[in-house]
Amino acid sequence: MVKVLRCHVGIGPRVEGEAMVANDNFSARYDLDRIRGVFSRPEHALAGQSYVDKILVLNTAKGGVATAWMLYEMKSRGIAPMALLLNSANSILAQGAALANMTLCDRFDAGDVTQLIATADRVRVDPEAGEVTMLNAR
Amino acid sequence: MKLEPKTEAMLAGEMGAARKWAVEHQLQVGRMFDASDMVEVSQAHMMADPESIGEAGVALIEGFAALPEADRRVAIPMITDPRGVDLNYYDPLGQTEDMANLERRFIAACQSLGIMMTNTCINYQTIMSPVRGDHVAYGDTGVVIYSNSICGARSNFEGGPSALAAGLTGYTPRYGLHLEENRRATRRYVVEEQPRDLTDWGVLGAVVGKRAGSYWEVPVIEGIETVPTSDQAKHMGAAMASYGSTPLFHIVGITPECATIEDVDGAGLHGEKITKDELDEFRGGFGASGEEVDVVVFAAPQLSLVEMGEVAALCRGRKRHDDTAFLVCTPAGVYADAKSTGFVDAIEDFGGRVLQGTCFYQQYAREIGEANGWTRLLSNSAKIVNILGGYGYKPALATMEDCVASAEAGRIV
Repeated sequence: MVKVLRCHVGIGPRVEGEAMVANDNFSARYDLDRIRGVFSRPEHALAGQSYVDKILVLNTAKGGVATAWMLYEMKSRGIAPMALLLNSANSILAQGAALANMTLCDRFDAGDVTQLIATADRVRVDPEAGEVTMLNAR
Repeated sequence: MKLEPKTEAMLAGEMGAARKWAVEHQLQVGRMFDASDMVEVSQAHMMADPESIGEAGVALIEGFAALPEADRRVAIPMITDPRGVDLNYYDPLGQTEDMANLERRFIAACQSLGIMMTNTCINYQTIMSPVRGDHVAYGDTGVVIYSNSICGARSNFEGGPSALAAGLTGYTPRYGLHLEENRRATRRYVVEEQPRDLTDWGVLGAVVGKRAGSYWEVPVIEGIETVPTSDQAKHMGAAMASYGSTPLFHIVGITPECATIEDVDGAGLHGEKITKDELDEFRGGFGASGEEVDVVVFAAPQLSLVEMGEVAALCRGRKRHDDTAFLVCTPAGVYADAKSTGFVDAIEDFGGRVLQGTCFYQQYAREIGEANGWTRLLSNSAKIVNILGGYGYKPALATMEDCVASAEAGRIV
């Protein structure tokens, strides 16, 4: 069964990949070791795990403005997430995604996206259409 | 998103490749937030430390800098957030020549665009404070929250790329805090303990930010009995923005858009208490009494001249411990005044170092921590202790007085 989640129109290209999910927030500066490509903040729900080429599914953006540059810098080195799906993005994540041409979507009609998608689910994200398709929907 | 004839021309490439890039960027961001059009802005302020922008970001700006002059110059006054390398003092910090060279390239490119290298996150105290109703495109969350809340200006968090786009076009997409309906209170907090020193104000801001927890929430705060100084409001705002990604708050009877709670539509909101216990619990999370301290940092936000004087007064007649570094970050303009007033000499006689135009957490904090063997860091900034946990530090929080005393003792008093 294929299930489609509706969300607000987002930014970036259409992508397909594996989800990594946590009920936690996101800041490239506060949470990541961008050289190693892992979550480095000890208190983060994904601490120690690699985010490289993952579709990160998290709650909201936190912290400051650095993420707007950092997504571009991370992607230029090929050590970056494939996409970000959030309940609520902020201006900084949108700006960073626009510069990096990284896929970003938020505001899901069916509720809390961190409950709708599980880690290791395969999903396809279409920001232009505002749709996330669950390819292995249970 | 509707464009003006002028921005249409930019999009068509009639005003050069940089402005075409800028409008394309703004269209993407504006669409995500349902902006109907653009709003003219009077100033832009860009966060762009070399750790954040990296080789890729510097190369992007160098590309613009190579364009003909008419195509590359910014359209409105544009200034910069702190640098990542103090070019007068980087080797002793463990920063490399590669880091310094990236910074040099970035500065040259910005100057070619006509950007003023003010290198400050306290421009509202030192350069030109915005006025109520002034639409601006500011980077640095501390700058945005202060300008929105204390000055009554209108700005979203404009990360480096968007601040640059606004500088090039003179416009920004009209969404978020540029719209009156998004400036009304959504959360109401009642303070039960009065903040006293800078750290108290920062802790209050941090707790409110943690509770609010979203860019789209607007806290209104009741129960504050004294008008904060600019430095106190600065610490409160910087911490709130850091913990909550919060761009605007109101204090009833104090901030300009909130003479009464009705002004921000807050009367119908449930009032959530901020208790002494909650503030103490927050402080307790950053307590490390008795532990050896590797580095004491005053930064985030950069220090005003008044704060420089306060630190200097505490330093006089004392010496830091041999094993505890002592760093103070301030913009170059404040440094000049702090030099002429004797504050810099007092801090240096103590054994401290005043860095110009940088801010510690934007200075390759991970690399300088590893180069110097710094783990236990102490600061009076509730913002910086939040950030540096992810950079491999064990951050602790104390008042300015206790920070200086701890640097003298070599352990946290």
